[in-house]
Amino acid sequence: MGEVRSLMAPLWMYLALGAFLFATGVVGVVSRRNPIVIFMCIELMLNSVNLTFLSLARFAPWLPVAHELEPKAWMGGPAAVIFVMAVAAAEVAVGLGIIMAIFRLRDEVDVDEMNLLRG
Amino acid sequence: MEGIWGAGVAQLAPTQVGGPMLLFAVLAAVAVASGVGVVAFNSPVRSALCLIANFLSLALLYFTLGAEMLGIIQVVVYTGAIMVLFLFVLMLLNLAAPGALRESRDLRRLGAGALAAALFVLVVVQAVLPLQEAASPQAADYYGTPMALGRALFTEYVWPFELASVLLLVGIVGSILLAKRRV
Amino acid sequence: MPDSQAGIRPAGARSGKVAAGMMDFLQQLHPAWLALIRVLLFVVPLLLVVPGLIWWERRLLAWMQDRIGPNRVATITWPKDARWVPPFLRGKKTRLFGLLQPIADGIKLFLKEDITPAAIDRAVYFVAPAIALFPAFALGGTLPWAPPEGVYGLLTPIADVNIGVLYLMAVSSLGAYGIILSGYASNNKYSLLGGLRASAQLISYELAMGMSIAAVVLATGSLKMTDMIKAQTEPLWGVAPLFDNWNVLTPMGFVAAVVFLICMVAETNRAPFDLPEAENELIAGYHTEYSSMKFASFFMGEYAAMFVFSGVFATLFLGGPNMVPVDWVALGQTVPALEGFGRLMASVNYWASPLTFVGKCAFGITLFIWMRATLPRLRYDQLMALGWRSLLPLAVANFLIVALYLLCTDLYGAGGGWIAVGAAFALLAAFFASLARAGRGRREALPRREIRLVDPAKPKEGAAL
Repeated sequence: MGEVRSLMAPLWMYLALGAFLFATGVVGVVSRRNPIVIFMCIELMLNSVNLTFLSLARFAPWLPVAHELEPKAWMGGPAAVIFVMAVAAAEVAVGLGIIMAIFRLRDEVDVDEMNLLRG
Repeated sequence: MEGIWGAGVAQLAPTQVGGPMLLFAVLAAVAVASGVGVVAFNSPVRSALCLIANFLSLALLYFTLGAEMLGIIQVVVYTGAIMVLFLFVLMLLNLAAPGALRESRDLRRLGAGALAAALFVLVVVQAVLPLQEAASPQAADYYGTPMALGRALFTEYVWPFELASVLLLVGIVGSILLAKRRV
Repeated sequence: MPDSQAGIRPAGARSGKVAAGMMDFLQQLHPAWLALIRVLLFVVPLLLVVPGLIWWERRLLAWMQDRIGPNRVATITWPKDARWVPPFLRGKKTRLFGLLQPIADGIKLFLKEDITPAAIDRAVYFVAPAIALFPAFALGGTLPWAPPEGVYGLLTPIADVNIGVLYLMAVSSLGAYGIILSGYASNNKYSLLGGLRASAQLISYELAMGMSIAAVVLATGSLKMTDMIKAQTEPLWGVAPLFDNWNVLTPMGFVAAVVFLICMVAETNRAPFDLPEAENELIAGYHTEYSSMKFASFFMGEYAAMFVFSGVFATLFLGGPNMVPVDWVALGQTVPALEGFGRLMASVNYWASPLTFVGKCAFGITLFIWMRATLPRLRYDQLMALGWRSLLPLAVANFLIVALYLLCTDLYGAGGGWIAVGAAFALLAAFFASLARAGRGRREALPRREIRLVDPAKPKEGAAL
């Protein structure tokens, strides 16, 4: 895909977008009461991290230490993105299961009300 | 890198306004708007729809970065599977208890917004502005292809790969156990 | 691995003057215009073919059900006393086999009263049919309807990306949203349930579809759709140079093709998997509350998706745009007397390839209609059990066997590969047989009811009257 390379914006724009989305996710996680929406904001934060990983992998892919591979060929960034996606998928599956179980028990989904462990 | 208050405000490097910039501007605008929409909407289904738009615009941004494999995996995994799961759970809860999921506005969001704005400014000043010099892409041409990613996952990162598959298996078993009804 | 850069002139694309002229014209166009031409060349024929599909479905279904089907609409009754009508036609009727029936259907749907329920989620309600219509057309983004050489190479596929096959998976996963959102937006419990069931069915069958595609990708060695076509022009089973190695003709590819066919029917919500839109079970499921044009767009999306999925099936398993699995050029080289014939057939094969592709899609559609006419509808738990407990293990086992075959062929040569496949197949067959026997044992332990038939005419012994 040689032509696609010319569709890139400068690095700092991608990083700024990632930072903004991360901050937006923080707003949601801190202030919303519906656990499903909190999950969605966590996914937003994870995606902003993915964007940061990928843009840095595109623009500056080398490790700070010497690597036996040719520096431009280090695939740590894309590999990290894959693992973030896998972890996010597993987390969503289990977390939504927990929410469904709590809902079945208590008939409400409000994070403020779930304070049984407060001591 | 300078500290937060070091050496004045860094100047943003001048950029050309052209096709790629326009494309990025559109995609970034969609991503920003939908990201804010996720947090701002009171109805969780609308938040989910905004998140889907966000994921799709991020996938297109990955395509502009040249990482086509990861962009398409983003569509398949995040948009095609994870968000469907979210919508499922939202709609089942909607069926069971309509109206239980809506929230009302309160001042907490403004406070959280201020906190997040401070975080954003901190990150931008510390990490984004000093990286303006890394303006030319350095990665190899093939870094976005399936072959490169597959080779990395099966040679250098084979242990995390296998552990991730075990993790997904644990997730499957766990979610089935949680979702089963005690008959 | 097939060479993705076909720099050599292909045998079939004999560039005459017209072809060379066309190629020059296309090559000097701006890439944006060329892309637009490619998109139009895919979308416009697809839009035009959907009414034809509707007609074909109604007629073929009718023939299979021992009736005639709509054949009245396009009947021309020639006027008896007009000078421009030839005398042998005056007063007669000419039947056109009901070909205008879909137009009549379209006009009816367009003119129907558009009932919109009151308490709906307006934004989602109006957007959902568009989202349902989108995947059918977007699937064609990487689908090549002609060999990727010569003139046709510039016209198809719309985008020959490295990730061609994954793009198909991505777009078909997006197809679930139209259903979920339309079910949700209708503010109707039955629609919501229908939508959830339909999308659960879709995502379940996507898994088996993905695994069967993965087996094909493993055998081809690349995710590009054009590489799939090129790999299917290689010698059959690696040994027979006169025949093409269509994936459906290889044993593991045949299993993958069967799995993909079943999943394809489930993905488009067609019978026997059409419980979500079954009219006697859930009213009309997720499109209950939609009328007139919005319903028409669901309908159109379903038919277009059927056509494009058949095209995908043809590309992945049936060798794409090639007419028959015979390598004409090799035939010409092996049998010198037939060399001219071989070259002629190669040329015909190349230039008629869009027609061949459409023909294969039509064959796929006929399979869809045949299944609808023949098979009863699956109940929802039977449907999910088929997807998760039969198709997915079969697809995964097939994938493992393909991987095993490739590994053993690399290590021990072609013979070793087939021996390993045979051994693996025998092992898996034994495993599943033992599982089936264990299941049967468990089933036999359950108490069985005895049912005796009583003739109502004969009085029961000892019954009091």
